[in-house]
Amino acid sequence: MRNFNNIGKNVRKIDSLSLATGAERFVDDFSIDNPLHIKLLYSPHAHAVIKSIDTSKAEATEGVALVLDYRNTPDALHTTAGQGFPEPSPYDTRIFDKKVRFVGDRVALVAAETEEIAEEAIAKIEVEYEILEPIFDPEHALDDDAPKLHGGDAYAPIPVEYDPSRNLAAKVEMSFGNLEKGFTESDMKFDITVRTQYASHCAIEPHGAFGVIDERGRMVIYTATQVPFHARRIVARTLDIPIRDIRVVKPRIGGGFGGKQEVFLEQLVGLVTWRTKRSTKIILTREEVFANARTRHPMRTRMRVGAKADGEITTIDLDCLMNTGAYGSHALTVLSNAGGKVLPLLNKVENVHFLGQSVYTNLPVGGAYRGYGATQSYFAYNQVIDMVARAANVDVLDFFKKWAIKTGETSEVFRVLGEGKEGVAQIIRSCGLEECIDKGAKAIGWSDKRGKHIRNGDKIKGVGVACAMQGSGIPKIDMGAASMKMNEDGSFNLYIGATDIGTGSDTIMAQIAGEVLGISPEKFIVLSSDTDLTPFDVGAYASSTTYISGEAVRKCAIEIAKQIKAVGAEMLDIPIEEAEIENGRVFLANTDKSVSYEEICYHAMYSHNQHQIAAYASHFADESPPPFFAQFAEVDVDIATGRIIPIKFVSAVDCGQPLNPRLAEGQVEGAVVNGIAYALWEEYIFSSKGKMMNPRFWDYKIYNTRDLPEMVTILADSYEETGPFGAKSVGEIAINGPIPAIANAVFDAVGVRLFETPFTPERVYKRLREEGIIE
Amino acid sequence: MRGIFFIDGIEHEVEFQGDVTLLELLREAGHTDVKAGCHTGECGACVVLLDGELVNSCQVLAGSCIGAKVLTVKAIGDLHNPHPIQKALVDVGAVQCGFCTPGIVLAAYVLLKDNPNPTDDEIKTALDGNLCRCTGYVKIIEGVQLAAKRMNDNA
Repeated sequence: MRNFNNIGKNVRKIDSLSLATGAERFVDDFSIDNPLHIKLLYSPHAHAVIKSIDTSKAEATEGVALVLDYRNTPDALHTTAGQGFPEPSPYDTRIFDKKVRFVGDRVALVAAETEEIAEEAIAKIEVEYEILEPIFDPEHALDDDAPKLHGGDAYAPIPVEYDPSRNLAAKVEMSFGNLEKGFTESDMKFDITVRTQYASHCAIEPHGAFGVIDERGRMVIYTATQVPFHARRIVARTLDIPIRDIRVVKPRIGGGFGGKQEVFLEQLVGLVTWRTKRSTKIILTREEVFANARTRHPMRTRMRVGAKADGEITTIDLDCLMNTGAYGSHALTVLSNAGGKVLPLLNKVENVHFLGQSVYTNLPVGGAYRGYGATQSYFAYNQVIDMVARAANVDVLDFFKKWAIKTGETSEVFRVLGEGKEGVAQIIRSCGLEECIDKGAKAIGWSDKRGKHIRNGDKIKGVGVACAMQGSGIPKIDMGAASMKMNEDGSFNLYIGATDIGTGSDTIMAQIAGEVLGISPEKFIVLSSDTDLTPFDVGAYASSTTYISGEAVRKCAIEIAKQIKAVGAEMLDIPIEEAEIENGRVFLANTDKSVSYEEICYHAMYSHNQHQIAAYASHFADESPPPFFAQFAEVDVDIATGRIIPIKFVSAVDCGQPLNPRLAEGQVEGAVVNGIAYALWEEYIFSSKGKMMNPRFWDYKIYNTRDLPEMVTILADSYEETGPFGAKSVGEIAINGPIPAIANAVFDAVGVRLFETPFTPERVYKRLREEGIIE
Repeated sequence: MRGIFFIDGIEHEVEFQGDVTLLELLREAGHTDVKAGCHTGECGACVVLLDGELVNSCQVLAGSCIGAKVLTVKAIGDLHNPHPIQKALVDVGAVQCGFCTPGIVLAAYVLLKDNPNPTDDEIKTALDGNLCRCTGYVKIIEGVQLAAKRMNDNA
C-alpha cells in the first residue's frame, strides 16, 4: 500500500450530515413561487395511432394554463438517452407523437395551477385511437409479419446498423478466430439459453424537474439528473432554444442507477416554462416511475461453448437478443456491453463470435441501468464456466485463475468491440482477480461447503461463484473537466462537472485535490453540475466519474500546485524548482524557509504581481481499465417450496486503490443487494395487453433490511497506474454477480440449472420437478 | 379544514383541504426534510413521530391528527447539533444519496429510545419499513449499532 494523506482514508462524505439532518435540498424541496404543475396523459394501448384528440374541455378548465400534444409541440426526432453527441442511440422519439407504442406512452400534457386541476383536466381529454396489433415477444419482433413500431423517419445519428422497418433498434456483430474450427477441436459442447427480465431502478427519489425564468429571461432547469450537460444540450436541440439561454442545475439527487441518465422530463418543463414564461414543475409518482420511465432491458442470451477435456475453452458463441421496448434508448450500447464487458474475461479463447440484436416491442422503454448489459450477459457466461469446470473436473476457482485475463495481458475483444464503433486496444495494467478469488473463497468457506450438499430438513445448502469485470469510463469518448480557484484562507473552490447522485463523488474529488495539494479535503468548497458555473462533464454513467473526472481534478490541482509554488518561491526567494509543498505550506527542504497557503494567496491577490491563483483541466482517457470481482453466494434451497434463501454473500473487488474505502464498499453493497433482489424477485408483470401490472413497492418488492443475507465486502490491494491515485471504477460492477453466483450455488445444492430470472419459488419449484429432484 | 399542529415543538395553525395527508401538510409548511418517495406507505421516506409513534406521514390524513405533536428529523438534531444517530450514520459512511436517511434516523431513534442495546436483528426489524436502494443497508445497521454504543458510553 502506498502512503497517502487523504487517499484511502474514510473521509466523511461532505454532504452526509446535511443529508442526515434533512437540510439538503432535492428537486422537490425548493420553494418556487406559484408554479404550474404538469400532469401527463398516457396511452392505455400498447400500439395505436391517435385518430383524433379533443383537448377543448381540458383547456376550458379553470386553472389550466397549457395543454400540449403532438399537434402543438416541436416534432424533432431525438433520443432520451443522456449520452454524448451524437448519441449512439437511435433518434426515434418525439416529445409527443401521433403514434403511441406502449401502454404508458405519452399522449398529452396539462400544465395547471395545481396538481389536482391538472389531473382533472387530463381526465377530460378525449382521444380516439386506431388500435394496431402489438408485438410483445422479442423473439418474433424481427419476423417479416411482425407489427412495426417506427416509421421511415427514425434514424441513427451515427453510422451503425439500424433498421426500423424490421424493428431492429441495433445490431452488433464481432468475431475473431474460427468458430467452427473451435468446435471441431473441442471435446465437450455446451449450449444454454437464459432470460432476464424487466426491472426498475427504484431510486427512492422519484424523477422530477422544475423550470424557472430568471431575471434576464433565461430558463433555469433544476432536475434530478445524472447528465446535466447532456440535458441542457438535448433540451436546446429538441425545443430549438439556444444553449446560452438554458442553465441546468443538479441539486442533491436521490439515487440514479442509470434511470436518471435519461432526459425525458426536462423537455416538458422546458417547453412549458419557455412558452408560458412561468415556473413549471413535474414530479413523477412512483407508479409513473415504474410504468412510464426507463427500465433494465430484458435479454435472451444464448451461449454456445466448446471446450477440451481439461476445460480449455476453444470457442465461444454469444448471441444476445435484447428487448429495448418501444424506443431505442441505449439500445446499441447496452447491447455492446453485453459482449464488450464480458468476453474479454476469458481472454485466451481463440475463437469468439458475438451477435447482439436489439429489437423494438410494444413494452416499456429500456435504458441505462447499473451493470449496463454486462449484468444480463454474465448470467449465461458464469453458469457456462461453472458447467465447463465441473465437466472437466476442475475447481471453478482454479479454472478462473488459469484462464481469466491477468495483468499485462490483453483481449482481442477490446480492439474489435466498442460502443457503436471499433473498440480500443488496451493492456490490463492492474488485475487483482486472483486475490479476490482467494480472499472471497476463504470468506465464504468454499472448501467446507462446495459440493457438500449440507441438508437441514427440506433445505439444501450450496455455494457458487461468479467472476466479472466492467470498465472505467468509455475510452476516447468520455470527458470530464474541473476548475479551481484559491481563497485567502488557503481554501479552494472546486468546480466540477462530475455529477454526484449520492455516490459521494463530490467528496472523492476533494480528496484527490487535497492529496495533490497536501491539505485536508475540508479545504475544498465543492460545487458540481451547474451548467452556468462548472466546466463540462459527460455526467455520472459508464463508471466514469472516479477515473475520468477524478483525473481531471488531479490535473487541475497539479496546475494549482505549480502556481502556488511559483508565488511561494518568489516570496521565499528560492528557485521554483526547489520549492516543495506539504501541509498547506511551500517550503525549501532542510531549511526553515516556509510560507503558508494563506500567506501565498494574500500575497498573490494583494501584494505583488496580483493575480488569481486558478486553473482548469480536462481529461479523457485512451483506456478503460476494468475493475474485477469474485462474488460468492451461499444459499439454502428449500426443496419443499422452491424458495432460495441467500445466507451469505461475499464480494471481493479490485477497484484499484480505493480512494475512500467506506464509500467504495457502499457502492458494492448497494449493487449487491439490488442484484440479489433482481435475481430473486424483482420483475415487471404484464397483462396480456402489455400493461405493467405491479407499479408499486408492495407488488414489486425490493430488498429491505430483513431480507439481507450476511454481507461481506473485501477490497483487493490493487493500484491502477493510469487512474487518479491508482483508482479504477466501482459503481456498477458489483451488480453483475448475484444472478450467476446464486444460480451456481443452487446447482451446487441441488444439481439444477436455472435459466430464467427472477428465481421465484414458483420457477425454482418447477425446475426441481422437471429435473426429478422432487415429485 | 383548519387546525393547530405542534411541529417540532412549534405551534402552527394551518388551513388545509380534507384530503390532505400529513406528509403534504408538513412539506407545504416547509418541512421538506420529510421526503416523499411513493405516497403509498411503502418506502418509509416520509416517516415522522406522531405523538411519539413512528408513522408514514403519507398514510395519515392531516384532519385526523389536529392538535398532535409531530416530530420530524430536524427536531432530532441539526447540522450544528446533530443527534448521535446522525453522527454515527455519517461516520460509518451510511449516507449515500441521503433521500431515505431522515426516515432511517427517525426509525432508529424510536428503536434506541426503547431498546438501547439492540441486536442486529432488532435493528433490521426496526428499519424494515425504510427502503434504501443505495447502501444495501450494511452500513446503516452498523451506524445504528455505533450510535447505540456511543449513547450508552455517554449515558
